[in-house]
Amino acid sequence: MHEMSLMEALVDLAEEEARKADARRVAVLRVAVGALSHVDPHALRFCFEAVVRGSMCEGATLDLADIPGAGWCLDCGKEVALTERFGACPECGRHRVQMTRGDDFRLIELEVA
Amino acid sequence: MCTVCGCGTSVVEDKDKAQKRNAQAHDHAGYGRHHHHLHDHGHDHDHDHRHDHGGASHGDDSIDYGAGLAGVHAPGLSQERIVKIERDILSKNDAYARENRHRLAANGNFALNFVSSPGSGKTSLLVRAIEDLRARRKVVVIEGDQQTSNDAERIRATGARALQINTGKGCHLDAHMVGHAIDTLAPERNALLFIENVGNLVCPSAFDLGEAHKVVVLSVTEGEDKPLKYPDMFAAADLMLLNKADLLPHLDFDVGACIAAALTINPDLQTLVVSARSGEGMQAFYAWIEARAARMAVAE
Repeated sequence: MHEMSLMEALVDLAEEEARKADARRVAVLRVAVGALSHVDPHALRFCFEAVVRGSMCEGATLDLADIPGAGWCLDCGKEVALTERFGACPECGRHRVQMTRGDDFRLIELEVA
Repeated sequence: MCTVCGCGTSVVEDKDKAQKRNAQAHDHAGYGRHHHHLHDHGHDHDHDHRHDHGGASHGDDSIDYGAGLAGVHAPGLSQERIVKIERDILSKNDAYARENRHRLAANGNFALNFVSSPGSGKTSLLVRAIEDLRARRKVVVIEGDQQTSNDAERIRATGARALQINTGKGCHLDAHMVGHAIDTLAPERNALLFIENVGNLVCPSAFDLGEAHKVVVLSVTEGEDKPLKYPDMFAAADLMLLNKADLLPHLDFDVGACIAAALTINPDLQTLVVSARSGEGMQAFYAWIEARAARMAVAE
C-alpha cells in the first residue's frame, strides 16, 4: 500500500540526515520493516530505484531488516509469535492479543560517504 | 500522492476565496510506459523522476521536528561512515499531525476524520449532521477527493464552509495537506471540524491528520466481513457508524456479525447503527460528539 509515498518519505529523511552528517552521498540505507507493519517489502524494493534517482541515495543499497511479529496474549499471559496483524494467538486461538513487536517501519542507520 | 510515481501533488482549493494553490507541481517524464510492462522482461526501464517543488512544497517551508539522534560518526572509517538514525519513516507526517492537533485544541476545534470505502455515504452523513447540529454548533468541513469539488459543493449547499483538497492520483490525505487546509479555512473558535478523507479503506489508516478521532463509516450494502478484510482501518478508528440502516429490511446484512467482526479487530471500538437518510440513530451520534468534545475541552 502506497509504498511509493512511504519510499519518498524515507529518501527525504535519509537526505536530511546525510546532510546533517556532512555527507555527499548515501551508500547503504538500513531499514527495519516489521512483519506486522503496513509495508510490503517487495513493493518497497520495486519503488526504491525509481524514487532515489537524482537524490543523494542514487546507487545506494537498500538493506531491509525483517523484524518478526509478536504479541502479548491476555489469555495465555505470555508473549506469542504473530505472523499477521490482528491474528489469533497461535496457542489458544483467541484474538485477545496485543501487538508488542513487528509494527516497525524505521530508518535504522545510513552508510554515507 | 500520485500512485504512478508517489509524488505528493495536492491542490488546495477554496471556492469562497477563489484561491487555488498548487502545493507541488511535478512532471512525469517517461512515466506513461511503466504500467504496460510485462513481468518477464528485465527491469531496465527508465524512471525519470523530477520534482519541481514550487509554492508550498515540503522543502523550504517544512517544519523540521528532526529532533532525532545526532549523527554518530564511526571513527576510522574515512570513506564510508555509518550514521545511526532510528527514526520512524512516518515521523514527518506525525510531526505535522501533532502540530495540527495542538492548533485545533488551542482553538477549541473538535476534529473528526471520516474514513470509509467510496460510496458508504460519508458526504450524505455530514450534510445531515450539519443540518441537525446547526442550532447548536458551527461546523466547518475539509473534503478530500482525487478529483472534483462536488462534495465540497454539497456541503456548501447547507450553508457550512467547506474546503476541497484534490489529492490528484493520491489515495489519502496527509497531515501536511490538512495543515494548509486549516490555514486557509481558519475555523471559528469552538467550531466542529469534519474531515472527509478520500474514499479508501486501506491507506488513510496509517496517516494521522491531527484529528481527535477517526470515525469509520461502513454501509450495510457492503459485506459484514469488511472489518476482517480491511482490519487496519477498524483498528485505527474509535467509532464505527453502520450507515444506510433504512435499507436493512431489503438486505440479508447481519448487523450482529458485522459488529462482532469489528470488535474482533478492535475491542474498544464503539458502534452506532445509523441512517443519514431517515435520521435513525443520528441523535446517538450527536450525543457521542458532544460527550467527546466536552472531554477534549476539559482536558485542555
